[in-house]
Amino acid sequence: MGPGTLRGRAAAAPDAPPASPAPAAPAAPLAAGDAGAAGPAAAGGVGELVDHLFRHSAGQMVATLTRMLGPQNLSLAEEVVQDALVRAIETWPHRGVPENPRGWLMQVARNRALDCLRRDATRARKAGELAAEPVNAPAPMAPMDPMAPMTSTRAQTSPATLLDPEGSGADDTLVMILMCCHPALAREAQVALTLKTVGGFSVDEIARAFLLRPAAVAQRLVRAKRLLRERRIAFELPARGLGARIGSALETIYLMFNEGYAATAGDDLVRSDLCGEAVRLAAILADHPATTLPEVHALLALMLFQASRLPARCDAEGALVLLADQDRRRWDRALIGRALGHLERCAAGGRATAYHLEAGIAACHAMAPSYAATDWRQILALYDDRLALAPSPVVVLNRAVALSMVQGPRAGIAALAAVADDPHLRGYYLLPATLADLWLRCGDRQTAAAHYRRALELPCSEPERRFLLRRLAACEPCS
Amino acid sequence: MPKFLMLARSDARAWEGLSAEEGQRIVQQYVDWSNRMREAGRLAGSNKLEDGDGRVLARNGSGVEVKDGPYSETKEIVGGYWLLEAADFDEAVKLAKDSPHLRFGTLEIRAVEEM
Repeated sequence: MGPGTLRGRAAAAPDAPPASPAPAAPAAPLAAGDAGAAGPAAAGGVGELVDHLFRHSAGQMVATLTRMLGPQNLSLAEEVVQDALVRAIETWPHRGVPENPRGWLMQVARNRALDCLRRDATRARKAGELAAEPVNAPAPMAPMDPMAPMTSTRAQTSPATLLDPEGSGADDTLVMILMCCHPALAREAQVALTLKTVGGFSVDEIARAFLLRPAAVAQRLVRAKRLLRERRIAFELPARGLGARIGSALETIYLMFNEGYAATAGDDLVRSDLCGEAVRLAAILADHPATTLPEVHALLALMLFQASRLPARCDAEGALVLLADQDRRRWDRALIGRALGHLERCAAGGRATAYHLEAGIAACHAMAPSYAATDWRQILALYDDRLALAPSPVVVLNRAVALSMVQGPRAGIAALAAVADDPHLRGYYLLPATLADLWLRCGDRQTAAAHYRRALELPCSEPERRFLLRRLAACEPCS
Repeated sequence: MPKFLMLARSDARAWEGLSAEEGQRIVQQYVDWSNRMREAGRLAGSNKLEDGDGRVLARNGSGVEVKDGPYSETKEIVGGYWLLEAADFDEAVKLAKDSPHLRFGTLEIRAVEEM
């Protein structure tokens, strides 16, 4: 049994009395789904759970229980939440999905936590506080009527609704995000801890997304939690230095998104879930009065613009499709609409962060009718601002592409000479792949082919590899 | 229509190692199956049995001995049941073959004797 996974009955609590007669409130006959979600009329089918309900509920429950129990009991919170999910797996097949699945899960987890605390005399004081805490208790549930259909709502499965934030528990979730992204933790630890505790990802899923061994992820999490304990990090919005904490959270969220988007490695499904989770977390920050800063909206806009292109990024054979060749009708207009809304809100304040500039570039692409008819001068100007703000070899690389569209491919090649030997780009296949493309546009197939071959020697995902092989073949004289 | 009792047995540790996402997928499979049975007019009832140990009663001389058991740690504990309606045993078996429960344990089908 690995940490972060569900456990069976026997293993759940070896010496525990049976859980408090779990949910005081079992399933209402065929209830209508998840609080806050669309009503049954909008349901795609009866008895369908909202996508990622377990994951998102788990994250929210862990946050709320961590507030109630104190951060030193984060692991206990995770355990009782896992127990609640197991109980749902055992109960719902027979009783149906309860009317308020989240409330049901929370009630079970809370009862479970109470059981654990009551067993532990030294924690008795906390138990009193927990018992007094009002819970959004689900309505009493009648025994299931087997003749009625189980209903619940399911968000329509467009990417837009997949990315929707939660409606409740936002305070706890927000504090949890900021705690997981505490600057005392290394960036990788922040990402893993956020995915695990806020996102409800399992250790195996995190390991798959980052091509790590599950044991390494588990160890990273144990260390991170120990550090939070040792530092006695309080579960509250930091009174001082909130801006820096938000900055740290944004960096973590953006790394999470890029890991999902960049498609350098790992399992496809988990990777798209990373993008969705990053957008969900940024939306929680953007919606909360304490953290609704311009740069939060800028990052959210940037990620939404990028996510809108996901449906067009692969062709039927699973090969990567470059921006230049994408079928723009497949871009998700709903996400672009949301992105534009946040782009507007990020302009408040008048300060342009890197997120602002990159969101502006993404907006230029989103609004362009075609690759050729893109406002490349505007994009080039934004890249110049971006470089002035903070130099980065990856930005130099992207700027060179924009430059080539304004001044021609040779100007782009010349600009890339500055980063040819940059250690940060060593092993980055996009550098030789971009050079190859520019040489091809100059009509030099031989040099282009050499660069494509170099790109193929570097790590990249399967769709990217297929794309590079296809381009290489196009460079061969007889093809 | 004749009724058939479908006893669901599973290992108490059947859910070990599942992620939340996988857990939700499994619940959804059960709910989908139940809905199919219900829509076809085949589902007459279902209950989960309470966790924890049961009691086994047996006459012992002049008295009755009450023993704990079966234990929930036991492999193949009965965790719940479904009551199906089917034309005959063959059809009941056919309906049960689709149940997602077979990924995690066994199903025992018994015909309810009609008076």
